[in-house]
Amino acid sequence: MIILTGNDLASGAVTWWAGSEWSRDVADAVDVGEEADAIAAREEAARRVNVPYAIKAEIGPDGTVRPAHIKDRIRGLGPTVRPDLTLKPGDANAVHEVI
Amino acid sequence: MYRYDHCDQAMVDARVAEFRDQCQRRLDGRLSEDQFKPLRLMNGLYLQLHAYMLRVAIPYGTLSGAQMHILADIADRYDRGYAHFTTRQNVQYNWIRLEDAGDILADLASREMHAIQTSGNCIRNISSDHFAGAAADEVCDPRPYAELLRQWSSFHPEFSYLPRKFKIAVIASPTDRAAMKLHDIGINLVRNNEGELGAAFYVGGGMGRTPMIAPLIREFVPLDQLITYAEACLRVYNRHGRRDNKFKARIKILIHELGADEYRRQVEAEFEHLLAQDIEPPFAELERLREFFGDPGFEDLAEAELDRSDPEFALWADRNTHPHKQPGYVSAIVSLKPVGGIPGDATSAQMRLMADLATQYSFDECRVMHTQNIVLPHVRKADLHALWSRLDEAGLATPNLDQIDDIIACPGLDYCSLANARSIPVAQKISQRFAANGKGDTLGELKLKISGCINACGHHHAGHIGILGVDRKGVENYQLLLGGSEADDTSLAKITGPGFDEDGIVDAVETATDVYLANRADGERFLDTYRRIGMAPFKEALYG
Repeated sequence: MIILTGNDLASGAVTWWAGSEWSRDVADAVDVGEEADAIAAREEAARRVNVPYAIKAEIGPDGTVRPAHIKDRIRGLGPTVRPDLTLKPGDANAVHEVI
Repeated sequence: MYRYDHCDQAMVDARVAEFRDQCQRRLDGRLSEDQFKPLRLMNGLYLQLHAYMLRVAIPYGTLSGAQMHILADIADRYDRGYAHFTTRQNVQYNWIRLEDAGDILADLASREMHAIQTSGNCIRNISSDHFAGAAADEVCDPRPYAELLRQWSSFHPEFSYLPRKFKIAVIASPTDRAAMKLHDIGINLVRNNEGELGAAFYVGGGMGRTPMIAPLIREFVPLDQLITYAEACLRVYNRHGRRDNKFKARIKILIHELGADEYRRQVEAEFEHLLAQDIEPPFAELERLREFFGDPGFEDLAEAELDRSDPEFALWADRNTHPHKQPGYVSAIVSLKPVGGIPGDATSAQMRLMADLATQYSFDECRVMHTQNIVLPHVRKADLHALWSRLDEAGLATPNLDQIDDIIACPGLDYCSLANARSIPVAQKISQRFAANGKGDTLGELKLKISGCINACGHHHAGHIGILGVDRKGVENYQLLLGGSEADDTSLAKITGPGFDEDGIVDAVETATDVYLANRADGERFLDTYRRIGMAPFKEALYG
């Protein structure tokens, strides 16, 4: 699947295209297929996202969206060396799952 | 230390107002990202993996207590309660909101700080010896010259759009503590046979994807021609540097392709041309700058022996202090490398403590080391135990200066959008491994440096042991390098062979240290043994 990601313009936070809006949670990302460029252009022009780009992803064994590359998986979670600052600070396995 | 005059303050305040306006224009859509990106980079604002990252300049690594305090306040007010000290003696914040950037720069300006020229193809923060003004072996204090270069290079219209970024280091000791020959220009202040002070210029060093040791371009430049010669070096680069290819745009490539002799010839011709134009700042300005860097009022103390009855303190004092030029004083190194910690990170509470300790014990001054620790440069030996006790309580007294767990590590793939692999977890595992097996204490000086990509912010080329993280088909992989040094015996490390996975590289480092211990002659450091026995025994142990 192809998913769309970028950063929020004002906060810089990592965001994922969830079909009708941007979400902070990669689990909300949807397959944009061949619409990636059109969505990215429209959303960037409206300043709802900064520097959007499309990446490959897959549905993991647990049914969640998993970016293909480790860089985007780390973007989706947060720094692996600061679990307290990730989006899942209480999940001890979260870091291992992105590596 | 240097204090802004009204011109400095006006320049910085104007830049704050300008960037605040630029941020607002970006937020309300009057600027596109393509238009805004070069503007934010000129103010040290990057877009990294998780958010905007702000890099703050710390000229030659020197901070007052008040400046360290405002850095801590910014960490709390606008970030997540911590900051990261870098290998360029700067500090970075990882979770910045664009909406806050103007306010942060205003806070910095209120303490005579800024983020100007911490990115972009310009002359970056001038770095120097972290023991400047304190070291017993320096021929003079290099900071007035670093400050002169800072002022010359700030907003220099001719050098604001160089072919590539440009880094200058200034030292004044035979011992190189600033990786001087691995800079675009390394300046070593020396005395000639007549006892006059001048500057040796090493030009064209650097790490990155094409590491090179800077050749000596001029042995002695009189100090009243320092800026003129630097300008000549930059002009030749600006004229001929490869703007067509980012990967060949650094001055080291130009000098490599021209040859040092031809580059020197062109610089000398430009130097003669510039001398005739009399561009050198008045010598009185240098004299004015020197007054900011006088001795801070040392007491006239007798040299004293430390009370070594507390073994933990004695170990820390042995490892984490450096001889001072003034009897009765030492420079104390605050370790930002706790076992299992993140190299270079400090919490806001730790930063406030360091600020207070600098004020209380070190004439209100601290220094950022390029090895990502903090120096309190002027501490009375009589105060050392009290200082250590305060640091120890805050987890800042790990006795590991230049030990295997005093690791330089770039932010790596945990934070950096350029990185290919994570650096910090590898550093954490290595420090934990050697703390657990007890070998760390047997190794002596061993400088280990880790980069998460070929850009080499973690100085892996210059590590006695270096580690380079690479991306191998989407999986982190780590190359091991041996034999580098960024000291006065500068050398570039060589790759041992095929890379390792994250756990494998930790094992490989331990294997390399085992080879060292098995072959070490009396008094030899890891680097000495490697240089004597060569790569073969290490390769044999690593790969069979």
